[in-house]
Amino acid sequence: MALELDHPVAAERSIASRLGPGIVTVASLAGLLAIWWVAAIVADSRVLPAPPAVVEAFWRDARTGELFFHLAMTLMRVAGAFVIAMVVGSAIGILLGMNREANRFFDPWLILFLNIPALVVIVLAYIWFGLNEAAAIGAIAVNKIPNVVVTLREGARALDRDLEEMAKVYRFGWTKTLRHVVLPQLQPYFAAASRSGISLIWKIALVVELLGRSNGVGFQINLYFQLFDVAAILAYTLAFVAVMLIIEFLLVQPFEAHSTRWRPKRARG
Amino acid sequence: MSNLSKPTPPAGGPSALEVEIRGKTFRGADGGDVRAIEEIAFKVAPASFATLIGPSGCGKTTTLRIILGLDPDFEGRLRLPEGGAGRVAAVFQEPRLLPWRSVEENVRLALPDEDAGRDLDQLFSILGLDEMRSRYPSELSLGLARRVALARAFAIRPSLLVLDEPFVSLDEQTATRLRKLLIDVWSARPTTALMVTHNLREAVQLSDRIIFLTERPARIRGIHDIVTPHAERDTRWRETTLSAIAKRYSGVL
Repeated sequence: MALELDHPVAAERSIASRLGPGIVTVASLAGLLAIWWVAAIVADSRVLPAPPAVVEAFWRDARTGELFFHLAMTLMRVAGAFVIAMVVGSAIGILLGMNREANRFFDPWLILFLNIPALVVIVLAYIWFGLNEAAAIGAIAVNKIPNVVVTLREGARALDRDLEEMAKVYRFGWTKTLRHVVLPQLQPYFAAASRSGISLIWKIALVVELLGRSNGVGFQINLYFQLFDVAAILAYTLAFVAVMLIIEFLLVQPFEAHSTRWRPKRARG
Repeated sequence: MSNLSKPTPPAGGPSALEVEIRGKTFRGADGGDVRAIEEIAFKVAPASFATLIGPSGCGKTTTLRIILGLDPDFEGRLRLPEGGAGRVAAVFQEPRLLPWRSVEENVRLALPDEDAGRDLDQLFSILGLDEMRSRYPSELSLGLARRVALARAFAIRPSLLVLDEPFVSLDEQTATRLRKLLIDVWSARPTTALMVTHNLREAVQLSDRIIFLTERPARIRGIHDIVTPHAERDTRWRETTLSAIAKRYSGVL
């Protein structure tokens, strides 16, 4: 009896594990979509459109090319600010992590910048530097830099002294040490900073566009807010989220897999 | 320059390693000073193998760190062997390999730029690492990782080789094999070498000169020179030598 019962349970489990995490993701997203759809039907209101209305709004702006233009503008700002924030933030972070005196001096500055609201930075950037692209990208970058500094500072503090000594004895020199000893150790910290970075940056980018740019997803969302077109707002949001997911799967994850190929593989659960 | 040890083959640096440490003090965590080394002065003849031996925590590793230039804060002076490229190689207690670089890359990275393309086939083959060249350090056992560390040290053809307990925490069989490998590779191109160990057997098997240190703060307790060539050091010879040394320096075995 017990044996008969055991058998189908084991088979079921193996089917579930064979279908893998891909199916789980799809099922989970489908569940979310279903809840939204049901809620929209129940509410029956302009402020909560059902999925087909959002698809229609997407198609309307996609056909004219308008949607892709605004997506591209936002993506350009996100990319520019991301590169600036990562380069400047990593350089400062590594420096502070390696130099105790500098860290003691600049730590209060860091706490100050970490706590300045994004909105204040954006407004001041526009007032001081004018309503232009440089001010917009600069404001996004300045919002992100303190987070990168904090993450990379931890990374630089955790650098392995033993390997540093080995590099010194074998006369690696500055560039060899940086490339083969220091940067690989910081890789997980770069990964963490860029993961949290991209998502934070694109949220701030929308506010920047809403306040002082005449294109981009943020500008469009403001426009549709004036028109009370919730379907279009959701269409733009979901389109940009989709772009970010594609970047994650096509760029970030393959790069991470490549740069961590030396790690012993963990057993899969 | 007077030299008491055996006449040496001409390879390696032409001048001796001269160490004269007149004092080394550490600042303890509580702010007090800890005197690690009182006075250590010795020479290692060119292309000969010397061993520092002494009780735990007596300042052996500190002496090596001073020689490696990792701890410049001491009283005294050093003269490293010159000649060749004047390079120093170290084999640390831990292999200290870069986990993100393959075995071959780890060895090649240590090479000076002008030698970057050097043929390492023979070295890898003597050390039995032929099959391991493209592996990552996480895939190696401790014994294999130590061989890679030896390969890295010998690859740069150093004029001074410093070894800090290179065979510690290995099982005796692996350690014996590695000692033999070390002697093989070293004999192929003898270079001035200084090793720290706890193991008198190991010291007797490998060295031309054994330097005994006292408890902390370290002083020289005595220097024992061995003239028997490595090839003639069989088990019987080793046992007689060991007991002779043990009689002279009580408590070292």
